[in-house]
Amino acid sequence: MDSDDIIIRVRDLACAYGSEVVLKDVSFEVCRGEVFVVIGRSGCGKSTLLKHMIGLLQPVGGSIMLDGRDIVAAKGKERLDILKGIGVMYQGGALFGSMSILRNVALPLEEYTALPQEAVDAIARVKLSLVGLERFGHYMPTELSGGMVKRAAIARAMALDPPILFLDEPSAGLDPVTSAGLDSLVRSLAETLGITFVIVSHELPSILSIADRVILMDDGVKGIAAAGDPRDLNAASVEPEVRRFFDRTVAPRGAHRTVCQQEARP
Amino acid sequence: MQTVPQPVSQFSAQSRVLPAGLDMREDTDGVLTLGFSGDLNSVTVARLWAPVLARVRGSAAAQTGGRIRVELAQAGYIDGAGLALLVKLRAEAEARGAQVELLGLSVNQEHLLSLAGQAEREACQKPSNRRGLKVMMSRGVADVLANIVEVVSFTGECSLAVWESLRHPERVRWKNVLLSALAVGVESMPILLLIGFLMGLIMSFQSVITLQRFGGEIYVPNMLGLVMFREMGPLVTAILLAARSGSAFAAEIGTMRVNEELDAMTTMGISPVRFLVGPRILSSLAMVPLMTLFFNFASLVGGALVMLSIGFPLVTFTSRVFANVKGTDLVGSLVKILVFSLLVAGVSCLRGLRTGGGASAVGRSTTSAVVSGLILITIADGLFAVLFYYLKI
Repeated sequence: MDSDDIIIRVRDLACAYGSEVVLKDVSFEVCRGEVFVVIGRSGCGKSTLLKHMIGLLQPVGGSIMLDGRDIVAAKGKERLDILKGIGVMYQGGALFGSMSILRNVALPLEEYTALPQEAVDAIARVKLSLVGLERFGHYMPTELSGGMVKRAAIARAMALDPPILFLDEPSAGLDPVTSAGLDSLVRSLAETLGITFVIVSHELPSILSIADRVILMDDGVKGIAAAGDPRDLNAASVEPEVRRFFDRTVAPRGAHRTVCQQEARP
Repeated sequence: MQTVPQPVSQFSAQSRVLPAGLDMREDTDGVLTLGFSGDLNSVTVARLWAPVLARVRGSAAAQTGGRIRVELAQAGYIDGAGLALLVKLRAEAEARGAQVELLGLSVNQEHLLSLAGQAEREACQKPSNRRGLKVMMSRGVADVLANIVEVVSFTGECSLAVWESLRHPERVRWKNVLLSALAVGVESMPILLLIGFLMGLIMSFQSVITLQRFGGEIYVPNMLGLVMFREMGPLVTAILLAARSGSAFAAEIGTMRVNEELDAMTTMGISPVRFLVGPRILSSLAMVPLMTLFFNFASLVGGALVMLSIGFPLVTFTSRVFANVKGTDLVGSLVKILVFSLLVAGVSCLRGLRTGGGASAVGRSTTSAVVSGLILITIADGLFAVLFYYLKI
């Protein structure tokens, strides 16, 4: 792989909360334009990894290179420049409740560019139209559905045209139809705008439909248990962690019959 | 590791930046040609936005319904800002009847432009939010009236809830009432005593300075007792209740509204008024008479200190205070503070229950609770002054 193709390079990352080590020796690379999904069960360190990658937490060791610059070592203006090159969609959207959707999207442009107000508003409207919310710019975040809030949050994350977008649990709390719509949006943005997506998720249908590549985190190894194409990782895998994650079969009906059900049956 | 091919779209994120160039020319047929070169991103568009749009608006093509050619074959990376410029340019020209040709766009760019074009059309179609002065004033008056009706009806509802609690004490959640009483009364005692002491001290000191000129400092205890028992005691206690406990009521209940806890309560068949508002009002009603008495006592201590410092014995001070303050003054002040506390606690809980969505809504509710409480206290105090005058209390 050409080193120019790599936009994110994580090397020997170690993370801890106090004395409790959460991740150790985590290394992986993400290619430019790739939809890269971090999967794993609850509590395996997915969100911790994401928080370190977006600079919210400082790792104990290792490096995180975002578009050629190390966010772990960067300070001051350099760190701000790195942060301007990424967009983040939080699980709940994290839209500012006191501002309309349009103003939410316009805020990064107003803060970081010298564009005239007319241009800022026009760009914000364009971003909203890219996520299908052109008619809702004047709505307040509380007036939107869960799926619309997430779309608006993606529009805000894209405001400065960052090459990398981080999405934290984009499908969480959404119905299958809305979730599928959001997946289509991610694929379409990745293909048309060439944005690199790093997505934290544990929704299997969503992962299978959008991911180019996945890493499976596991709390047992405190790091990456498996990596590869999601279609190659499945319940038939030789890796027990992979089998455990992908095997969603439930016990056959009747195996856990209640006393009432057993008594009712002749 | 799987290699993902570099996206071919010109809109793709790239780190290189080419300086943007613009060639504008208008031929004799009235066709305006805009030739863009280099990258169109938020930095270059900031420079190009005003001149490009000014040229389009002032062009003969825009005024006569002619043609505008936008050449993009030489353009490099076009990001969201560049896209917005093209969309705006096209919308401005078409609004003036001109035809716009965008030349040199890739298929991806065409697709994105068609998606983004919807944004400007929606913006043009959006009805204006501006309202006339008459409409705004009439809406303002209607809002105030609706607010008054809501406060009055909710106070009535709260009074009924209190009455029901007194009739059926076994239904009251006394543990919640005690916890609330602790927060409303006991925890506010230090600041209440401090304010009472300082107010008594300052008022006596200022009065002594003035009255000493006429040899009338002996009347300071009379004045202090009367003012504190009749007016300042209930008033300051109610203001403190609104500022300290009323804001807390609104914030607590408002946060519960935002977290959908009130919805859960309602779906469980539990009345938020009985469960949340009732205990808070009961605890306020129970604590404020005591708080008023403590406040009055602290203010008398402050006044006594001043009188002692200028040579009057304590017995003179106390005898003059209690010779002047009658039992009706004390009863009147207790009635006042009970009404004030019902109004303050009621309106604070109401503001909490009416909280909208989001963190800022809780802040607005809290502010509104304190402001409404202060306004209601002032209005009620004025009405009591008139009532006591006619009742000769």
